[in-house]
Amino acid sequence: MSSYLECNARERIARVFDTGSFEEFLPPAARVVSPHLAQLDAPVSFDDGVIVGRGLLNGQVVFGAAQEGGFMGGAVGEVHGAKLAGMLQRAVAERAHAVLLLLESGGVRLHEANAGLIAVSEVMRAILEVRAAGIPVVVLIGGSNGCFGGMGIAARCANTIVMSEEGRLAMSGPEVIETAHGVEEFDSRDRALVWRTTGGKHRYLLGDCQMLVADNTDAFRLAALDAIAATQGHAALTLADLEAEHLMLATRLRDFGAAAEPMDIWKTMGIPDPAAIPMLEAHDFTERVQPFRKGAH
Amino acid sequence: METLNYRFEHGRRQLAAMPQLVGVVSSGNLEVLIEAAPLNGACEIEIRTAANGFGATWQAVMSDFHERWQLIDARICINDMGATPAVVSLRLDQAAETMTGGLP
Amino acid sequence: MDWQTLASQLFPQGHTVHEHEQFLSGTGTVDGETVAVIGTTGHAPIGIEIALTQATAVLATVRTHPGRPILILVDTQGQRLRHRDEMLGINSYMAHLGKCIDFARRQGHKVIGLVYDQALSGGFITSGLMADACFALPDATIRVMGLPAMARITKVPEERLTELAKVDPVFAPGAGNYLRMGGLQAIWEDDLAARLGQALREADPVDRRRALGFERGGRKLAQPVAEAVSSGAHVLPS
Repeated sequence: MSSYLECNARERIARVFDTGSFEEFLPPAARVVSPHLAQLDAPVSFDDGVIVGRGLLNGQVVFGAAQEGGFMGGAVGEVHGAKLAGMLQRAVAERAHAVLLLLESGGVRLHEANAGLIAVSEVMRAILEVRAAGIPVVVLIGGSNGCFGGMGIAARCANTIVMSEEGRLAMSGPEVIETAHGVEEFDSRDRALVWRTTGGKHRYLLGDCQMLVADNTDAFRLAALDAIAATQGHAALTLADLEAEHLMLATRLRDFGAAAEPMDIWKTMGIPDPAAIPMLEAHDFTERVQPFRKGAH
Repeated sequence: METLNYRFEHGRRQLAAMPQLVGVVSSGNLEVLIEAAPLNGACEIEIRTAANGFGATWQAVMSDFHERWQLIDARICINDMGATPAVVSLRLDQAAETMTGGLP
Repeated sequence: MDWQTLASQLFPQGHTVHEHEQFLSGTGTVDGETVAVIGTTGHAPIGIEIALTQATAVLATVRTHPGRPILILVDTQGQRLRHRDEMLGINSYMAHLGKCIDFARRQGHKVIGLVYDQALSGGFITSGLMADACFALPDATIRVMGLPAMARITKVPEERLTELAKVDPVFAPGAGNYLRMGGLQAIWEDDLAARLGQALREADPVDRRRALGFERGGRKLAQPVAEAVSSGAHVLPS
């Protein structure tokens, strides 16, 4: 069993998809590298930090991508974003059974600023196109860099997000917030606080993450299969979906908007012994919080 | 960034057809792209590195690599972000292993 | 340009746009047709409340005025940088707004974005950049981040970034660069009402920004790469 956290992007793809089934589009041998990094004296990567392609999941054709958190924090540049968008387009054209996105990203790659920003927006629209075509989009988040920035927004355009406790999903990183408003606002070195605020368990409790699994690639694989099966036939975004989400978000704001700290939210939800939450194993955690968590899908 | 090129002759081991990639371009690490290429029997290695001024070290590591593996008609391309010689050798060995199915 | 002046120039036939805590809403008349207006002002930081308020307005339009065009007015300093917003999941609120806009489009609403002052980063991604087409006034500031902060995070000296910003559309803030890169359809310099009328007539639900970026030379690889991936070519056309 492999730790999802410790695997690199290629290893995750190899372990989540059926063994040997993944065919990479525009592989490293094609050498399509970033055109913008050389002028900043930064190294390139032959896949520009993302693997895109098509494989099998229990025999069904699933298109997928995995961002390499080790390269530039998995951040999206021109080529990286175009690879994602192209794969998503192809998934629609070839009527994929599902799309699986293994996300690990700081968001827009600052070295490519404007190109990255537009690219993230194109990826968001492309994800929504896939859903509109009736194809489930499942996101896996469990890498050490988390899923931040524009990719944190894009992730929430998918049908389902699967996270491990180690994963994080947010918009701005704690360092950015601390730089803007000081350590009292958000102490970026308080790891426990960072994970209470943006980590998988908290997101699961709030209803922004629909499945919480242990940190191993088998668990992510199984969760992906379950998520796809549960979404078949209703992947497209409907008005009812949006209204339900709107209600969830409005209620969240009303009920938890005055909370000073995430544990206060867990208390307000009625979870017994909230201080124990961070210590629980994934399975125990999900069982214990089932009656209390929001956005149950 | 610095680009370094090496060419070695007199090898004997063939590579499998499919290009392979090993490693990640993260701090202290490197990626190695290895593929079969018609090079009149030579093994060509191109390195793009973020750590400038280590030409002599790279030369030594590459020569050792060629002595170990003796690859022919092989193109190896490296994107390096300051890996130590030990890590470089490790990745090169991993790459060569996947392409020859064997040990040095 | 302040939003009041903007509204009167966009809607000489009349409008009901008003502001409440940096949130703009109302309607305007264009060629006899009613257009819903939703947006922000005062360089609003986009926190969970204002993201939700904008989404509410989009959903209300979809529910009660099927087919009514929507104009999104953008003036924001980007996402609000507070622990509370992250704790409550600002990314979800922003995604929700983006999804509402995309849904409106699929229901046949034309959606036009207009950056009339500032558009930064996350505040732009889920508003103007989700429209059918996004436009800007000539003096609009559009960027990901200020150069000093970018220099700190990328560890590239600020002088180098500033130098590059002069010649490379990738870094430089500004409507002209986003135009070149395909992020903006056009810059509106003169008769705003006429431009808006034209934009509404020409609105197209297909995302053509990569093609625009390629034609204009601001993004030379995005289109060919996406094409190569979606068509199955392993080698890029030269």
